[in-house]
Amino acid sequence: MSGYIEPMVGRYVHVDIGGETHRIYFEENGQGNSEAIPLVCLHTAGSDARQWRHLLADEEFAKSFRIIAFDMPWHGKSNPPASWNGEEYQLTTARYTETIRAFCRALKLEKPVVMGCSIGGRIVLNLAIDHAAEFRALIGLEAADFQAPWYDTTWLNRPDVHGGEVCAALVSGLIAPQSPDVTRTETLWGYKQGGPGVFKGDLYFYRADGDLRGRVDAINTKVCPLFLLTGEYDFSCTPEDTKRTAAGIAGASVTIMEQLGHFPMSENPEQFRRYISPVLGEILNQSKQSRQGVQV
Amino acid sequence: MSSASNATDAAVIKAFAAIPALLEQAPALIVRARFLDCECLLGPTGHPFHASIRSGRIVELAPAPVLMRSWRFAYRASPAAWAAYWQSEPRPGWHDLLALTKRGEAMLEGDLHPFMTHLQYFKDVLALPRDHFAVAS
Repeated sequence: MSGYIEPMVGRYVHVDIGGETHRIYFEENGQGNSEAIPLVCLHTAGSDARQWRHLLADEEFAKSFRIIAFDMPWHGKSNPPASWNGEEYQLTTARYTETIRAFCRALKLEKPVVMGCSIGGRIVLNLAIDHAAEFRALIGLEAADFQAPWYDTTWLNRPDVHGGEVCAALVSGLIAPQSPDVTRTETLWGYKQGGPGVFKGDLYFYRADGDLRGRVDAINTKVCPLFLLTGEYDFSCTPEDTKRTAAGIAGASVTIMEQLGHFPMSENPEQFRRYISPVLGEILNQSKQSRQGVQV
Repeated sequence: MSSASNATDAAVIKAFAAIPALLEQAPALIVRARFLDCECLLGPTGHPFHASIRSGRIVELAPAPVLMRSWRFAYRASPAAWAAYWQSEPRPGWHDLLALTKRGEAMLEGDLHPFMTHLQYFKDVLALPRDHFAVAS
């Protein structure tokens, strides 16, 4: 319908990361309810927070959650910081963790839920290991402590290969064949629009710096519940990778999502909703019980 | 080798031979590779084809071996992998060229530059039999 305005709003917040102020672009919906639970959503490597637009516009979820999705620096509408001189971008575990915590602090979010996909799913595990008490619940989509590489990332950023085309073509196979053409195309468009070397730089965290094997057994799901959901068509982070990771975490919830791949929230939002709705419902119930417990 | 796998092999070879004609019916796909001229080796592992691509068209598809014919890159997969890849709804892990290489059902060799610069083109060209493939029973 021409003239329809979607419910989410986008703004910039200044966030100090690594001693420097970054302008971080975020979109949110559901702020009206003061009891709304903050739900911070992390996009995949090489893309941006537009991947979450369907969740952001979900009227039902927005009744109980303040849904927030932000573009990581170098991604989407969050520019590189002023000090950047063109040197190679490389995301590290420490920097990624600092960015998420600093963003949550800047918005004064009280015990948010963080849901991340792919690299966002991996960093959620790191948050669970080192900072669980800061969060109400953690949700890892396409998350594992490690997964076997299946291509050489040097192809992602070289002058004789079109970066946008090769990034999108590489990840296109991670989308389930059942996903609608329109959302498949939109998911790939995010990859075609990434800055040069950004996808590759994100994968430095994924491939080199963020190997969490041998560390996830430190996760205490009694301090912070952990939900892991992986699409059956994800051959990058396979269901087996997620199950192996979860096997080392007492109390972790695992769901394998049918007819979905590596980008569940953007490649097939309707199908993803079927799986994420009960998870958000469980978090909401736990939150209500916790509040009632305090009142008694 | 069982008669079922023989039938699969024959059906895969037949389907491969039909790819140039299917490509001619997909002008938008040809346009995407309008700058591509390349010799490559594609097909089932035991019975690959030499493909000559000119401006995005497969102008020749010749069963290997061809005496002293060169190729820049090769993508070869088991007949079972092609049969699975060409299902209308492929099973998880059998639905993408690089999923097949990751699971060891396909081999990618040689100078990968033309393949990587036209990765989506090759994925789509090699998926063309998807709507037509039927294993002889």
